[in-house]
Amino acid sequence: MIRKRSYFKTRSLPYLLILPQILITLTFFYWPAIQGVITSFQVSDPFGFRTKFVWFDNYIALFSDPLYLKSIATTLFFSGSVAIVSIAFGLFLASMANRVLKLTTLTRTLLIWPYAIAPAISGILWLFLLHPSYGVVAIGLENWFGIDWNPLLKSSNAMLMIVMASAWKNISYNFVFFLAGLQAIPKSLIEAAAIDGASPFRRFWTITFPLLSPTFFFVTVMTIIFSFFESFGVIHAVTQGGPGGSTNILVYKVYQDGFIGLNLGSSAAQSVVLMFMIILITVLQFKYVERKVQYMG
Amino acid sequence: MMVEKTPVLDTFTYVSLILGIVVVGFPILYALIAATLSIEEVSRVPMSMIPGDQLFNNVSEAWNRGDLGTQLFNSFIMASGITIGKIVVSLFGAFSIVYFDYRLRSVAFAAVFCTLMLPVEVRILPTYEMAANLFGPLQPVWDALRLDGIISWFVGHDIEVNLDFSLLDSYAGLILPLTASATCTFLFRQFFLTIPEELCEAAKMDGASPMTFFWKVLFPLSKTNIAALVVIEFVYGWNQYLWPLLITTNPKMTTAVIGLHHLLPSPEDPPDWHIAMAGALIVMLPPVLVVLFMQRWFVKGLVEREK
Repeated sequence: MIRKRSYFKTRSLPYLLILPQILITLTFFYWPAIQGVITSFQVSDPFGFRTKFVWFDNYIALFSDPLYLKSIATTLFFSGSVAIVSIAFGLFLASMANRVLKLTTLTRTLLIWPYAIAPAISGILWLFLLHPSYGVVAIGLENWFGIDWNPLLKSSNAMLMIVMASAWKNISYNFVFFLAGLQAIPKSLIEAAAIDGASPFRRFWTITFPLLSPTFFFVTVMTIIFSFFESFGVIHAVTQGGPGGSTNILVYKVYQDGFIGLNLGSSAAQSVVLMFMIILITVLQFKYVERKVQYMG
Repeated sequence: MMVEKTPVLDTFTYVSLILGIVVVGFPILYALIAATLSIEEVSRVPMSMIPGDQLFNNVSEAWNRGDLGTQLFNSFIMASGITIGKIVVSLFGAFSIVYFDYRLRSVAFAAVFCTLMLPVEVRILPTYEMAANLFGPLQPVWDALRLDGIISWFVGHDIEVNLDFSLLDSYAGLILPLTASATCTFLFRQFFLTIPEELCEAAKMDGASPMTFFWKVLFPLSKTNIAALVVIEFVYGWNQYLWPLLITTNPKMTTAVIGLHHLLPSPEDPPDWHIAMAGALIVMLPPVLVVLFMQRWFVKGLVEREK
């Protein structure tokens, strides 16, 4: 670990300083996490009178449950779509904004604020836009293209709606990072390539994009984490996992099975699966970031 | 940057930027127009894109129907509490990790780091149980040590101590569990590591105590980072969803973002979308204003957190 050459030698003060953080993490992070892991190996009757240790039964039941497998597929499709839409738009708008230097702050101001909007509110806005009877988009689709659009009843429409609501909210976040990444690329490199006769398009793919890859990686990870977890608000406020479980992503299913359905063992096992996923993502991210920031300290 | 003259590409750039801004802004514009219409106008198909004159009525209707006064106040308390709590806890934590050398330092650092992998979404029920009975894990210890008996003997009559303390439906419950933050601690740690060693050495030579060094040197130097985090954490706190949903059942303790879905018209109700949109605009306004007016800090904070 990186350390300072000069430090204080007071004995008890450092413990006192870190105490609040440790107390909070023990109480609200580690203890519940351990409880969750223990519960995932148990079954209990609905009233919680008796619990039995059942080894991996909850996990076996989980992975042989077609609803759970469907939820995994839904989650992967959902976060993949959110990532593609919000990263493509964010990168495109950022590289456009980077071309008009004089107006970068203005364009940034006009593109940044969806970040401040809660996922649930974003969901509500899009529900109104795409509402089968009142939404302007639904009416347009029906009048001009003859498409019977109904996200409240049709699975594919509902999925599209939550993808739009989540991706829209996330575009500005990705935009901010891509713009910062683009502005950090030395201008001399681009100019040298231009003198050599490389077209703007070619310059983007051979110079800008490779230099942007750390940002790209980071943004992808953050978008996936966002769509795995924070999109809970969108689902809860708009579709409640429906219609027919078509938007029941993993994090919503944990909540529904555990908090509403009180199926404690299964919900705990689902939590542990999610925990493994985020551990995997975090480890991956830090392995990569560590290499990137070695020059620091 | 314009390296060469590319009129076609320039036109394309401006057109796509304008289109992008319009597309990104459209949901809000649409909500804003809906919030100015009457119920007849908002349920006409397609809805008129010319603003009406009902904005004030709709806003006050949404305010009363959704009890937004109470809920916005709750959101404000929660967001500020989380912001202040996170920054204080992380500043002290980072100070401890960077400027002291003690045996459990790496353990403490690892403990803070690993919270990154435990978002509330992966420990919904047990965290709720913890908040519902904060000292629950200590009860077996208490019973095992027969402290009841000792206290009874001490007081002189039988007494049964139940360590029952719930954080449900309280501000402390909304705020406390969210005040530990690995990312904030990392940001301050990273920043402290870039501060020249000489400052600390000079302070020590002058006989300054660690806390004097903290308040006189580190804290003033951290001001820009603190400003950046204030913006980010306020927005984060305001927009919390899952945790307040779990921990509050009393409508008087709900936050505005959660209360909002009571304004959504269900299929049986009249289609009061103008009220719902007015409510949505009110609730999103505080964080949007914070981000727009403190944009510089916000962008700095976001980008710094990556490192």
